[in-house]
Amino acid sequence: MSKATEHIIEIEHVTKRFGDLTAVDNISFNVAKGELFALLGPNGAGKSTTIKMLTTLLNPTSGTMKLAGHNVVEKQEAARRSFGIVFQDPSVDIDLSAYENMELHAVFYGVRHNELRKRIRTLLEMVELWDRKDTKVKYFSGGMKRRLEIARGLLHHPHILFLDEPTLGLDTQTRALLWNYVKQMSREEGMTVFFTTHYIEEAEAAADRIGIIDHGKLITIGTSAAIEKQTGTKTLEQAYLALTGTSVRDEKADVHEAWRARHRARSMR
Amino acid sequence: MSVIYILWLRQVKKFFRAKSRMIGAVGQPLLFLIALGYGLGAVFARAGQGDYREFLVPGIMAQTVLFSAMFFGAMIIFDKQFGFLKETLVAPVARWKVMLGGALGGGTTATIQGILLLIVAVALGFRPQHWLMVPVAILILGLLSVAIACFSSGIGSIVEDMQGFQAINQFLVFPLYFLSGSLYPLDHVPTWLKIIAEVNPMSYAVDALRDTLIGQTHFGLLKDLLVLAFTAVILFAFGVYRFRAIEA
Repeated sequence: MSKATEHIIEIEHVTKRFGDLTAVDNISFNVAKGELFALLGPNGAGKSTTIKMLTTLLNPTSGTMKLAGHNVVEKQEAARRSFGIVFQDPSVDIDLSAYENMELHAVFYGVRHNELRKRIRTLLEMVELWDRKDTKVKYFSGGMKRRLEIARGLLHHPHILFLDEPTLGLDTQTRALLWNYVKQMSREEGMTVFFTTHYIEEAEAAADRIGIIDHGKLITIGTSAAIEKQTGTKTLEQAYLALTGTSVRDEKADVHEAWRARHRARSMR
Repeated sequence: MSVIYILWLRQVKKFFRAKSRMIGAVGQPLLFLIALGYGLGAVFARAGQGDYREFLVPGIMAQTVLFSAMFFGAMIIFDKQFGFLKETLVAPVARWKVMLGGALGGGTTATIQGILLLIVAVALGFRPQHWLMVPVAILILGLLSVAIACFSSGIGSIVEDMQGFQAINQFLVFPLYFLSGSLYPLDHVPTWLKIIAEVNPMSYAVDALRDTLIGQTHFGLLKDLLVLAFTAVILFAFGVYRFRAIEA
């Protein structure tokens, strides 16, 4: 990469342990400003743990992470201001309306009062929810909730948008729409997009570069073509299987949850 | 608009949208007021203690806000389970503001319920000693509500699920209520019970309400208010401390 490239996400020797379990094992890589980056890996590979550390929900055991130059542990508030996130599971208040959820977010991120209404309208129109703005979110379908969360994540003009398994459980139409909005915002505002997925075709279609992670270790990083070349395979899927093996992973291998459950069980004894 | 205000507003809106909560939170204390007030009133009068229903109203008001404000902790657990908590945890906002905004909202809804109970009591014949003191009583009720809401957010931060919260809630709320002088005068109780009641901050809140509403006091209003204010500060610190420790 050229010297002029500005790194908006910097990850250096980051490790996360839960007890004696190493969820993320000494990973280092950078993401350039404006890039669409995919972190690809099987279930339980450490993708969600990585995103949780980047978004200040978990502290790394060792190593440093920076977002737009702000250390996520030491300059937490500045780091938080720089990103928007769409979580894997819904994180909206279902007793409030779509508009009220957007308004709460705008206040959290200090969006100025005079531009708040206009901004909310623009985004809700973009995700085609403006005519449902006063409907309580509990009456929304899964796809509508996800669209609302995308609009919300983009509300404060973040430099970086994190998407944790953004299309899990969505139908093809919603999936296509979602990537349209995200790519549009990325183009218009130079926003960087960092997403995790275990759908190979999604990583291939949307990302400029892909990092493959397994057992907490970053195995390789590069464009889809470079990864195929490196493994001597014809498709990204073949390259992926060559790198991560063909053994089936436990569907519920969320290491953090598993660790917490074990920890609880132990403290109850 | 500030973060504290919008989070206060969120709790208040959610409360007015859940009509069953309003009825539920006043229903139980009302049952206490009627069953105990009429049931034990005659015994109380025969023992030369005066009007038991009048004595009971401030205690039942305190009970209403205790039960209702403790429910705020459950809101934090719902926020954990429905995911909204994560939205607040990644926001560039100090955690104490998030906790305080919610606790003020939870405290406000609890105070509203306490006032509703007072209105029902007045309809049933209760008359405050001085109507001018009613706003003072409501301020005391408000301070108690916010203090308890802070306490319950601390508990809600520690516990992972509703079952655990309910268990702790029952374990704390009933002793706080029954061993507080809410239901009986503390003048003639056995020494051990008196000692317990004297270290229970609820006793002072009830006593302050009783002083302002019916002009009866055990500790004196000044001591009541000092203990109540001190307790509120401690519980706020506890709530913030535990809420900051939440990891997603």
